[in-house]
Amino acid sequence: MKASISLRGAVCHVAVLAALAGLASVQLSAQMLINGAGATFPAPIYQKWFSDFNSVDSNVQINYQAIGSGGGIRQVTEGTVDFGASDGPMTDQQLAEYQQKHGFPVLHFPTVLGAAVPTYNIPGVTASLDFTPEALAGIFLGKIKRWSDPAIQKTNPNVTLPPREIVVIHRSDGSGTTYCWTDYLSKISSEWKSKVGRNTSVNWPAGLGGKGNDGVAGLVKQTSGAIGYVELIYAVRNHMAYGLVRNSAGEFIKANLSSVSSAAADAAEKMPADYRVSITNAPGKESYPISTFTWLLVPSKINDAGKRDAIKKFLKWALTDGQKSASSLQYAPLPKALQSRELGDISKIH
Amino acid sequence: MAATTSTVLDRAPEPRARGFWRRLRAGEEIAYLIALSAATLVLLIVGLLVYQLWISSTLSIHAFGFSFLTGSTWDPNAGQFGALPFIYGTCVTSALALLIAVPLGVGASIFLAELAPPNASNVMTFLIELLAAVPSVIYGLLGIFVLVPLIHTYLAPFLTATFGFLPLFQGTFYGVSFLSAGIILSIMVAPFIISVSREVLYAVPTDQREAALALGATKWEATWDIVIPNARTGIMGSIFLALARALGETMAVTMVIGNTPAISASLYSPGYSIAAVIANEFTEATGNLYLSSLIFLGLVLFGLTIVINAVARILILVTQQKGAA
Repeated sequence: MKASISLRGAVCHVAVLAALAGLASVQLSAQMLINGAGATFPAPIYQKWFSDFNSVDSNVQINYQAIGSGGGIRQVTEGTVDFGASDGPMTDQQLAEYQQKHGFPVLHFPTVLGAAVPTYNIPGVTASLDFTPEALAGIFLGKIKRWSDPAIQKTNPNVTLPPREIVVIHRSDGSGTTYCWTDYLSKISSEWKSKVGRNTSVNWPAGLGGKGNDGVAGLVKQTSGAIGYVELIYAVRNHMAYGLVRNSAGEFIKANLSSVSSAAADAAEKMPADYRVSITNAPGKESYPISTFTWLLVPSKINDAGKRDAIKKFLKWALTDGQKSASSLQYAPLPKALQSRELGDISKIH
Repeated sequence: MAATTSTVLDRAPEPRARGFWRRLRAGEEIAYLIALSAATLVLLIVGLLVYQLWISSTLSIHAFGFSFLTGSTWDPNAGQFGALPFIYGTCVTSALALLIAVPLGVGASIFLAELAPPNASNVMTFLIELLAAVPSVIYGLLGIFVLVPLIHTYLAPFLTATFGFLPLFQGTFYGVSFLSAGIILSIMVAPFIISVSREVLYAVPTDQREAALALGATKWEATWDIVIPNARTGIMGSIFLALARALGETMAVTMVIGNTPAISASLYSPGYSIAAVIANEFTEATGNLYLSSLIFLGLVLFGLTIVINAVARILILVTQQKGAA
């Protein structure tokens, strides 16, 4: 009696184990799991892409962790992820470090575009303001201290600006938005470039720090006389008013999908081979000057053939079909010329 | 001779071993081993933590050494890192938090343990312990959207009008500041002081109270002169717990402190704390020196916690000896 029970038990166990093993092997053969990590700014569109791509090719499951651009660069260099993502291009030093560690280079693929916009809270002023590059640099350097300063008033003749103190609000957390903003200020002001420079976090000469876009937006809303910068997407989604910025052609431009794409189109013509380019202060009459690419960082050599094909297939899809869903999430799509150039470069992955 | 001793020694462990098995069956040894390994594990984790912090921050330690603690520039672009504004901000906000939370917390616990009717006390304690379980990001949001505007419209004008002659309350008040961070921290740490102190006060034997009352002391005299001194060590323990939480608090502080690495005597000015800068900059930090400096900050926070705790403990010892003499 006892023996028969234990025998039955054993048969049961074997059956369950076999079933589990079968399941596991089915899972393994069916699903190619690819891991990526990096920038938070493009995370919403990437998540959408990865889930959409899963319906294009159900064998590929892409897992993305939005841990920040710095983390993305670090993890791809360490080799702990299959690809990275960053809002700022890798520096020469980082590229050299990668090459030295792996023996082959890492490739940059621009995917979509974003922008940073100035937002402000001046009691009694509802009109959208026009900012010159000089005014923005002066404000963020802490040199222009009052809203009624001629540098701001001059370009806004229809608005009466109060002599209220300007309170600068910046991001306190390291971010691609800060990189884009400080990159722009570095290009238009030599004083900014030498004193502060461009980075994901900098030593701010003036103002208060808010954590994240929501932290900056919250502080701007609560502080009268405040000016800060947020991602264009954040401003659009939250129906925030934001200012226009004069571009290098002398036009005051409102940031939107077309003016951001236009900045990229101008840059596309003079794009370096490795796509590491800043498109802030881009030439062209319709270009919004504080725009930026965001990049995927893909190793040029992937040993696992299955993974390599999956990543190449995904890149091809993201640069063609994927671009169509970008604008629905308020990301500016890549200009056509750049798309076809990048498609050609996918073959560099081997 | 040598042979005999060895045989004696060989034989000796036998009954001990049998005793071990007996006790093992009784659960004694197992309980001992489990408790021992739990305690060792905690020590091991602390050791590993310090080791890892040290290893990961060597680059920064070699580059800056002691000047890391005294430098006040934090410039990732120039590769210049100094921790002083962050250390200052951590100390100021924690001190301010305790300044508010200790009288509030101890007062509340005395009321709950000694004066309030037991049923009301239990209900109130339950509610206070709920406060301790609220996630800190909620406190941060509450701080930025409710508390900061309240301070801005009511408290700050009052403080400026009353104590404006002090350097503590001078300058422009933007809302986010040391003051706001200290106040939100005090709300966060007070529940720890209240719930632990209440338990400690309950643990003081009833005989002590009754003896004092029998000698003609009033209710308050019995509480203040007999019960509190008896519970003193436990109350101090609760304050240490609160201090540790205040020193390490991240989310709530970063949302209301202003995130500006500046040292200013005024509580109105924005500042920065160690935990806040690590949380803010770690994810996007590129470059080895930058990353290593952020980890060094973690080591500094660890050291700061130990130093402050040690100083507080010594202070207690000294005052206790004085009291005994």
